[in-house]
Amino acid sequence: MTAPVETQKLARDWISRSNRVRLWEIALWVIAVAAIFLLPSKLLILTEITILAIFALSLDLILGYAGIVSLGHTAFFGLGAYAAGILARDYVSEPVTGLIFAGFISGLFGFATSFLVLRGSDLTRLMTTFGVAMLLAEVANQAAWLTGGADGLSGIMLTPILGLFEFDLFGRNGYVYALVVLAVLTFIARRLVHSPYGLSLKALKLNPRRSAMIGISATRRIVAIYTLSAVYAGMAGALLAQTTSFVSPDVLAFHRSAEVLLVLVIGGTGYLYGGVVGAIIFTLLRDWLSVVTPQYWMFWIGLILIALVLIGRERLTRWPALLNRKATTRAATQLAEEPR
Amino acid sequence: MLTILFDGIAYGMLLFVLACGLSITLGLMNFVNLAHGAFAMAGGYVTVIMMNRYGLSFYWCLPAAFLVSATVGAILERLLYRPLYKASHLDQVLFSIGIVFMAIAGVDYFMGGQQQLINLPPELKGRFDFLGIGIGRYRLFIIVLCAFLVVTLQLALTKTRFGSQLRAAVDDGRVARGLGVNVSLVFSLTFALGSGLAGLGGALGTDLLGLDPNFPLKFLIYFMIVVTVGGTSSISGPFLAALLLGIADVAGKYYVPQLGAFIIYALMVLVLILRPHGLFSREGGR
Repeated sequence: MTAPVETQKLARDWISRSNRVRLWEIALWVIAVAAIFLLPSKLLILTEITILAIFALSLDLILGYAGIVSLGHTAFFGLGAYAAGILARDYVSEPVTGLIFAGFISGLFGFATSFLVLRGSDLTRLMTTFGVAMLLAEVANQAAWLTGGADGLSGIMLTPILGLFEFDLFGRNGYVYALVVLAVLTFIARRLVHSPYGLSLKALKLNPRRSAMIGISATRRIVAIYTLSAVYAGMAGALLAQTTSFVSPDVLAFHRSAEVLLVLVIGGTGYLYGGVVGAIIFTLLRDWLSVVTPQYWMFWIGLILIALVLIGRERLTRWPALLNRKATTRAATQLAEEPR
Repeated sequence: MLTILFDGIAYGMLLFVLACGLSITLGLMNFVNLAHGAFAMAGGYVTVIMMNRYGLSFYWCLPAAFLVSATVGAILERLLYRPLYKASHLDQVLFSIGIVFMAIAGVDYFMGGQQQLINLPPELKGRFDFLGIGIGRYRLFIIVLCAFLVVTLQLALTKTRFGSQLRAAVDDGRVARGLGVNVSLVFSLTFALGSGLAGLGGALGTDLLGLDPNFPLKFLIYFMIVVTVGGTSSISGPFLAALLLGIADVAGKYYVPQLGAFIIYALMVLVLILRPHGLFSREGGR
């Protein structure tokens, strides 16, 4: 009779242990905040990194935790950008309202399209996500009366954030705003993936058949995480539209979907901070490459992708697991380490 | 009306030649090769270089494009693709996107980013009227050539020893190996053949589809539609899908230009919702 209680306790301990805040996480946030004061001239690129990190975080939710490979994740990013842009241009110019509105619209769209990724194989999912993104890109391109077509959406005027903080020329408030959004979203995602729900998602990813057998049904869980991921991506898009006051049709282009995959893969999937790490590395790399070889930086990005795959992503992105291992106490080693 | 049908068929045939290699690697070998368009682009640029720099005849360019793309395909398969057959789909996607990016930037570097134009031989230019249907000579040429290729491929796949070895290797690689089929050689040859056909398609399509460094991304969606909608049962599935796609695209652009590419994407998503394994899927395959 004591066995199930014991197991429950073990499981609860395990969850709370994996939920504990790590030292490097705190360090990361401290650095991010310190950057406001230390790097005042680099705030625009820092904002860009933060937005990309949110976007990659949203992809991590479905790729790292639910195992859905999406080739069209930028659909939600672009939708959010357009939603925020149009709202700010025509109706409400307060940014936080726009952010929430964009998240809501993207979430709705994500909910509607989540049923497409439930069925079929990896390939079918690739194709449907890809197709959905292309479809949206085509709509944005054709509906010029709403989106400005190929010229992009301009004329976005924003009032101060919450009526208090105005977007300044140096992007300082923009960066703080994006950082706060990233922090809030990461916190929510963190709570979520370390909950039993998050664990059941991982189980689904690792072995759908077995998890079905122990009573974890895929449908609702995948719909939920896909919708949430769409909300996140939409918010990232909204941030981009608000901090740059412009939406180009490029937000729906295929290379953005590919880029965000790359970002996440550089940083490593399945531990939430992969997006942040990847976004930092990727943006710095791209900036450096486009200075060294303007126009041809794509070549080197391609080379990195190939090298990454051939060398093996796991080998390059195992560092958080190593860090965690050091941090965990001996008790944790009694339980089998969570296999990555 | 019939002219549009005719143009659509030509377009569809061309798409089939471009995509049938992909239907083998992606459909049969289960390798998500998004870089397929890069091989087609290679064929196109071979044609452009041979015709515009060295003044060779268009007819020589076609086999050359096939051979160059096939060779490139064979080499890449040996060196890079082979280790990834068993890798996850995510790895394959990343890897092939990497190839596409490198191909785009590389071509941009060597050839420039502008549209490439070629001058077709005079006998292939213009169009004539046949029973009131305007028939483009070049399109007729494409249809005849591609129809010939389709028949040859179908026969090769169903009637020859190599065809049955390929089908065996795909259905169950281990058993095929146990029976003495050199599976890795068969896959290599098949991959080379598919790449070569893509190169040929690229050469044929230089005039019809246009050629610039973004070719692999621009037509990727078309290739993928052909493969996913067509399924992998045989040559005929992708062939029908390519024809449908060609006709739908040409007719759509002619009758409702404001909808643009909307129709085909919507159609594809719809087909994938209703039949996740394609319109003409095979039962019992892996």
